[in-house]
Amino acid sequence: MSNTPLLEVRGLNAWYGESHVLHGVDLDIQEGETVTLLGRNGAGKTTTLRAIMGILRRREGVLRLRGQDLLGLPLHRVAQTGLGYVPEERGIFASLSVAENLMLPPKVAENGMSVEEIYQLFPNLHERRTSQGTKLSGGEQQMLAIARILRTGATVLLLDEPTEGLAPVIVQRIGDVLVALKKRGMTILLVEQNFRFARKVADRFYLMEDGRMVNSFPGHQLDANMDQLHEVLGV
Amino acid sequence: MTVETQYLSAQPKLRATTTVLGAIAIAALLVAPFVVYPIFLMSVLCFALFACAFNLLIGYVGLLSFGHATFFGGAAYFTAHAVKVWGWEPLSGILLGAAGAAALGFVVGFLAIRRQGIYFAMITLALGQMFAFICLQVPFTHGEDGIQGVPRGHLLGFIDLNEPLAMYYVTLAIFLFGFFAIWRIVNSPFGNILKAIRENERRAVSLGYRVDRYKLGAFVMSAALAGLAGGTKAIVFQFATLTDVQWQMSGEVILMTLLGGIGTLVGPAIGAGLVLALQNYLAASDFPVTVLIGIIFVVCVLLFRRGIAGEVMEFFKTRFNRST
Repeated sequence: MSNTPLLEVRGLNAWYGESHVLHGVDLDIQEGETVTLLGRNGAGKTTTLRAIMGILRRREGVLRLRGQDLLGLPLHRVAQTGLGYVPEERGIFASLSVAENLMLPPKVAENGMSVEEIYQLFPNLHERRTSQGTKLSGGEQQMLAIARILRTGATVLLLDEPTEGLAPVIVQRIGDVLVALKKRGMTILLVEQNFRFARKVADRFYLMEDGRMVNSFPGHQLDANMDQLHEVLGV
Repeated sequence: MTVETQYLSAQPKLRATTTVLGAIAIAALLVAPFVVYPIFLMSVLCFALFACAFNLLIGYVGLLSFGHATFFGGAAYFTAHAVKVWGWEPLSGILLGAAGAAALGFVVGFLAIRRQGIYFAMITLALGQMFAFICLQVPFTHGEDGIQGVPRGHLLGFIDLNEPLAMYYVTLAIFLFGFFAIWRIVNSPFGNILKAIRENERRAVSLGYRVDRYKLGAFVMSAALAGLAGGTKAIVFQFATLTDVQWQMSGEVILMTLLGGIGTLVGPAIGAGLVLALQNYLAASDFPVTVLIGIIFVVCVLLFRRGIAGEVMEFFKTRFNRST
């Protein structure tokens, strides 16, 4: 592993109004790595992503991408640094068609996927390219939410519970997509409750509880940490 | 047939229907002055363009401006002054009006887009009131009298606009130009970003857009097109008065757009036609027009919220989906 991480989070604190929700979160992601954040509902996983993106504005600590400070950036500039955020609610624009949703986010780098490549990776989206955003199934919405970030050339993908509420066959499909993206060298920060899904793609795990990082271990040590996982996740 | 192929096959049918309807509408507008009083038609066209321009903001960006009379009436003053006092040719006078409205739009928009919802509406209303007061006070607008007796002149030096038919077709051409411009804006990538902002502003920002710039851009475009309508109206009616800059005018354009259908392309034009027709044909009767328009407005809000065009489109959409 190289020494300087691509995304570096040190002692990140964040607040929702008056309530202090992240307590000194540390997180490193190397280039090309897939890291999964595990934790129970309300542990602060989504909040961590939102704080990294700057959607949650009240935060302190160190937040760097390729050494560039992210804390001082206005919200619209964060996407331009190469961070692509796929929120849990997917954020598909209902009044736009699939193709329009795909073309909407501005390009942040030249090496993004072409529309043809995206349609190859997601054949369903090609079939449904003229459909309105509202007429998509949950799985299609999730794929579209990922696909439109891929076109922008973002180098780090922040994925919030991409499998939530989806049928097993779609979950499988999304797992395949993540593996394919990993092969292309994409760096992925994945928030997941379903560690059986996450173990297929994750190089490393972080475990969160009550707004703090309580453990981190490489992917192959998942079984060795099962006791703590069961305790923290309550599964 | 799968759902997908059904949807695709419905699309060209829908597009063909729209093209046919558009062609019929244009043909009707071409022969209309031989059937209906041309001056009335021209005022409908001017207000229709004004309402369509207003709808660009409320319908596609979700910004309710309560001060659009500033751009409509301001442009009317600019055009009237340029043509009457400076002796400008009418088309350049109208374009000056639109440019002036765009400049006003930049100032008002720059100050107003920082706030959302009711606060945005209040700021535009306040600035609109300020502008109306300025128009009352400065010498070139001639206060309560307004600028009267604006010569229609010769368009580009050779089309005599004193001919009612010539004036009508020029007004129609300007309306169609403005309408086409709005259609292009709404269906461009820029328009898609506007719709995304309307739907979820925060999400659009986090995708990497400076939404303030897009909102300001849309505001200036809307103001310029409203100005195009206002300048044309000054030439058609040969005067510019305080009526056009006052808040009642801002209210009227909101009413027209709501009645016709917010967020539909033709809705505001239909709404403008309806309101003006009621005002025109009931003016001679004893029945108070404002009461009737008020009743229609209440019925509209209670029964068909999408407005006339919105309801009709919804009806056809469900029919299309069922028949295929």
